[in-house]
Amino acid sequence: MKKGKGQELVAGLFSLFPIILAISIFLLLLVKAFPLLSLKSLSTILFSSAWQPQRGQFGLWPFILGTLWVTITAFILAAPLSILTAIYISDYASGRLKKWLVPVLDLLAGLPSVIYGMWGILLIVPLVGKYLAPLFGTYSSGYCILTAGIVLAVMIVPTIVNVSVEVLSAVPADLKEAALALGATRLEVVQFIVLKKSAPGVAAACVLGLSRAFGETLAVMMVVGNVPVIPTSLFSPAYPLPALLANNYGEMLSIPGYEAALNLVAIVLLFMVIIFSLAARLYLNKLEGRTD
Amino acid sequence: MSSHQPGTDRRLKRRHQAEAGFKSILLASVILVVVILSIILVTILWKSLPALKLSMILQTPGTGYYLGQQGGILNAIIGSLEVSLGATFIALIIALPTVIFLNTYLKRRSFLAEVIRLSLDVLWGIPSIVYGVFGFLLMLMLHLRASLLAGMITIALVELPILSRALDETIRLVPPELKEASYALGANRWQTATRVVLHQALPGLITSVLIALGRGLGDGASVLFTAGYTDRITTSLFQPVATLPLAIFFQLNSPFPEVRERAFASAAILTLLILFISLLTRYFGRKLSRHKVR
Repeated sequence: MKKGKGQELVAGLFSLFPIILAISIFLLLLVKAFPLLSLKSLSTILFSSAWQPQRGQFGLWPFILGTLWVTITAFILAAPLSILTAIYISDYASGRLKKWLVPVLDLLAGLPSVIYGMWGILLIVPLVGKYLAPLFGTYSSGYCILTAGIVLAVMIVPTIVNVSVEVLSAVPADLKEAALALGATRLEVVQFIVLKKSAPGVAAACVLGLSRAFGETLAVMMVVGNVPVIPTSLFSPAYPLPALLANNYGEMLSIPGYEAALNLVAIVLLFMVIIFSLAARLYLNKLEGRTD
Repeated sequence: MSSHQPGTDRRLKRRHQAEAGFKSILLASVILVVVILSIILVTILWKSLPALKLSMILQTPGTGYYLGQQGGILNAIIGSLEVSLGATFIALIIALPTVIFLNTYLKRRSFLAEVIRLSLDVLWGIPSIVYGVFGFLLMLMLHLRASLLAGMITIALVELPILSRALDETIRLVPPELKEASYALGANRWQTATRVVLHQALPGLITSVLIALGRGLGDGASVLFTAGYTDRITTSLFQPVATLPLAIFFQLNSPFPEVRERAFASAAILTLLILFISLLTRYFGRKLSRHKVR
């Protein structure tokens, strides 16, 4: 045997692990959710709003809507803030300021979910409950969609900013310099050159942040109220899918069908996340390949 | 000259006003981000002060701890370190050969390389709560109970795509000339990968490992069903283990204000640990760029 072939084989085998893992996660969850799918059709489960495990009713609609409300609120709050911050970092900030800002963002990205959740309970819950809700003429305990959206928005800002900065910085400097030389202001450079070239990439960065928001668990469940109702406003509580899993998984063995239902919840969540995450990632990979 | 065309002046002025306006909006959003981070850190540290005593990090929970009496969260500190160090080790064992194989044995656009990268991207997107569910199902299949081992494996799965991605990026930064020089000297691909590429990428490797470690330390959702919880210090792979995120989560749900204050103190301890790892990451990250071959 040629020298080094053995190691090559071992490394090759290890590198198959991610493929096997990805497939087995999907398969195992599908197999474990199957008992419920053989009883009821997928659409009745997804779009029914009756969640009564004791009576064998597993309607996921309130939870799906809860997830969407919270995630979209976070997205609307985070996307503009992140894009503006990214533009500042890539096109305006001096080298020294960048050196300060990047670690700040890294730190923000590295803080654990539970810390954000606690911060939400300490500051955002009272803020929303005592000040924002009365301002809009409604009552809220503070444990509601808006609170969860704010906390989640702060959590996904670093993801969107980091990826956006990479995309924005990839715009060739000579293009910008040419525009500046023609007398364009920096705003015009950003508007007509930087954003024109990198808008899809920035959008992909936002979608990547969105996909992170879908699956965020602890921080959201700490502030969102966890009431399985169909949300009617930003100030009503909700019960997103990850929270449903976190609160009930592992303790459901006695009720028939419950386990399968929760595994189905995991699959629904998985698909919601993967579609967005993968689309964004594949586009960004393509972008990266082009600039190589 | 410009006085001949009064309109130009006005337009120029408007453009400059737009520029100034835009710049202040940008600056405002950056300041907002920085202020939010400071508020988070200050809130947590300030709230933690009343309960932040030495006993918090030196003792395990005593009897009546959850009613507000004596004790600390040494069990969770040690537990979190055990889980995340073990997990990072497992993740590294899988990620390192994978990334070496991807970068030295496979062509960039080969089918296998694309499939491996695609599955890493899929894994990167999977939320940690789903890893928790998968870990729990795996645990049942292997007849394991909620334990240090199960928690370690689950966190390792969470860390794997993060670590692989970071390693991949560092190893890709190694200049191809170095590899070519090594091949020219008669080294085979394995020797080149381990003695030249890894040596050059070592600071980046440490950075990647630290990033993964930080993730593992802070992840609560995936250990919720797999690691269990205990008031003792875990000494075996098959005992349940306490982790800091869950310690914070459980104590926050307590009706006793003393216990809630301890949740704040635990959060401060976790934040400081993450802060420390983040600083270490910075340190090695800087080294990475210092040794760049031009």
